[in-house]
Amino acid sequence: MRVDVGESSPTTGRPRSVRRLWHDRWAVAGLVGFGLLVLLAAGADLLTAIEGHNPYDYNNAALDPQSGTPAGPLGGVSGEHWFGVEPLTGRDLFAIVAYGARTSLLIGLASTVVSVVLGAALGLLAGYLGGWSDRIISRVGDVMFGFPYLIFLIAVGAVTPLSFPRPLLLIVLLGFFGWARVARIVRAQTLTLKQRSFVAASRVMGASTVQVLWRQLLPNLWAPIIVVGTLLVPERIAAEAALSFLGAGIPPPRPSWGRAIGSAVDWISTDPMFLLFPGAALFVATLSLNLVGDGLRDLFDPRSV
Amino acid sequence: MRAARFVGGRLLGMLIVLLVVALISYLIFYLLPADPARLACGRPCTPANLAIARDFMGLNEPWYRQLLDFLTGIVAGRTFGSGTAAIHCAAPCFGYSFQQNAQVIDLITSRAPVTASLALGAAVLWLILGVGSGVLSAVRRGTAIDRLTMAGAVAGVSTPTYLLGLLGILVFGFTLDMVPVSGYVPIVDSPVDWAWHLILPWLVLAYVNAALYARLTRGQMLEAFGEDYIRTARAKGLSEKRVVGWHALRNVLLPVVTLFGIDLGALLGGAVITERVFGLPGIGALMIDAVQSLDLPLLLGCTLFGALVVVICNFAVDLVYGLLDPRTRGGNA
Repeated sequence: MRVDVGESSPTTGRPRSVRRLWHDRWAVAGLVGFGLLVLLAAGADLLTAIEGHNPYDYNNAALDPQSGTPAGPLGGVSGEHWFGVEPLTGRDLFAIVAYGARTSLLIGLASTVVSVVLGAALGLLAGYLGGWSDRIISRVGDVMFGFPYLIFLIAVGAVTPLSFPRPLLLIVLLGFFGWARVARIVRAQTLTLKQRSFVAASRVMGASTVQVLWRQLLPNLWAPIIVVGTLLVPERIAAEAALSFLGAGIPPPRPSWGRAIGSAVDWISTDPMFLLFPGAALFVATLSLNLVGDGLRDLFDPRSV
Repeated sequence: MRAARFVGGRLLGMLIVLLVVALISYLIFYLLPADPARLACGRPCTPANLAIARDFMGLNEPWYRQLLDFLTGIVAGRTFGSGTAAIHCAAPCFGYSFQQNAQVIDLITSRAPVTASLALGAAVLWLILGVGSGVLSAVRRGTAIDRLTMAGAVAGVSTPTYLLGLLGILVFGFTLDMVPVSGYVPIVDSPVDWAWHLILPWLVLAYVNAALYARLTRGQMLEAFGEDYIRTARAKGLSEKRVVGWHALRNVLLPVVTLFGIDLGALLGGAVITERVFGLPGIGALMIDAVQSLDLPLLLGCTLFGALVVVICNFAVDLVYGLLDPRTRGGNA
C-alpha cells in the first residue's frame, strides 16, 4: 500500500491536518483506550497501593479451600479485590492486570522501535541503492515474511539460559522479525521519492548518499513509518501474550496478560472471570492501537478510506 | 523456455532460503548451552557415559560438520553410532529424537493429518468469509452493511486466536454444551465426528484470519472501481454482477493469493496456539512437547519442517502468480 505524502512540502513534511484525526470517532476511541492503558501501566504502583495489594503475594484467605477457586461470586470481585483473585494462589488479579500492562507496553513498544529502525534503514538502502542491495534485502524480507517466527521464538526461548533477561530477549527477537514489513513500505516509498527533483537537486549539489538518505528522504517518510509502526505495536503485544500464553514468553513471577490467559485455560469452566479480565485488557490494547493505526492511515492515505 | 527458467530460478531460490534457515537454526541451537547429550545421558551421568552419548549423537564434530551430516541425512539418510547399537535414520532424515526413540520425520507425519485438517478446513472458510464480505462491503460502500463488516473486521484483526478460542469453548462448549471442547477424531474413523470436533477451531481461525482478507478485498475492489477498465466494462453495458464478479475481482486475486500463501504455510507448519487451546495433537502440539522436554533434534526438525512448508507455499504462490499475471514471468520480480 502506497502512502502519498502529496501536497506537503518536501522538507517540512508535516501534513497540516493531524487535527483531522479528532474527527475520526473510531480513532479517538482508540486513543482514549490506549491512553487509559498507559495510565494503568504508569499508575500501577499508585492504583495497587490504593487497592492495597501487589501482584506477588499469595492469599489463601481469598480462596475456596475445597476447590481452589476464588471465594465469593464472579471470581471474588469485591471492594477488596477489584478484579477478584487468581485461582489456586489468591494473588490479586487487578494488580496482575495493571503490572501486566507494563510488561505488554514495554515489549510492544520497544520491539516496534527495533523493527522500525532496522526496517527503515534497510528499506531506505534497498530503495535508494537499487541493484544487488535491493535484490538481497527484498528477498530476505520475503523470507522473513513467511518465516514461522512463533515456532522459532518458542524454540529459542526454550534453549536460552534463564539468566538472560526474558523481556530483552523478546524485544530483540520480536523486533528483529518485524523489520520486513517496515522495509517493504519504506522501500516502495523511497523508489517514488528518489525520482523527485529535490532529491536530484541535493545530489547535484554534492550531497553524499548518507546525507540524501538522512536529510532528504527520511523526513518525507515519517508518515508511512508512523502508520506501520502504530499497526505493529498491537501485533507485538499480541505476540508477546501468545508466547507467554504458551509458556515460552515472560516467566513468573513478572505479571503478563498472556501468561494469565494461559493459566486461565485450566480454570475456564470453574472460574471464567480469570480469563475475562486479562483477556479484556489484551483486547482493549490491540483494538485501540489498531483503531489509531487505521485512523492515521486514512489520514495520510485518503484513497484507502 | 522462459517458463522453465522461471520455475528453475524459483526452485533454486527456495533451496537457498532453506539452507539459510537450516544454517541459522543450527547455529543457534549449537551455540546455546543446552546439551542434548546431557539430557539423553540419564542419571547419574558419568563423564564416560556423557562422552559416549556425545559421540553417538555426533556432537563431537565441529558445527559445520554436524550441519553437513544433518543436510546429507535429509537426502541420503544417516546412521547414528556404530555396531549393534547403531540407529539408522532413513532418508529423508530430519534428525532423530533420542528421547522418543523415533525419527523426527515419522513423528511429524504422524501428527500432520491433524494440522492439515485444521488448517485446510479453516482456510476454505476464511477465504469464502473474508473475500465474500470484502466484496459485499465494497459494493455496498458507506452503508450499514459496510460499516458493520468493517467493524467486525477490526475486531477480528485485534482478537488473539487463543482469546477467541477460549471464549468459544466457554460459551459453546461449557455453557451451551453444543460442541466438544477438545480432542481429535481421524477422518477415516468418522467423518462426522471429525468435522464436529473441528468446527469450533475452524470457525475461530476463520474469523480471525478472514478479517484481514475482508479489509484487503474491500480496499482492492474500491481501487479497481476507480480504474478505467472497470469504467470501460460498465460502458460496454456488462451487468453489474459481471463487472464486480469478473473484472473487479481479478484485481483482488493477486494480493489475496500472496497473503493466502503466507498464512496457509504458517498454519500448516504447526498451528501452535490453536492446537494448544483446543487440545489437538498436531505438529504445533508436538513442538510444544519438544520445547518442554528440551528435545533439540525434534525442535530443529520441526523448525525446518515449518520453514519448508512456508517456502513450498510461497513457491506455489509464485507459480500461481505466473499464471494469473503474465507480467511477472519475465524479469526478476
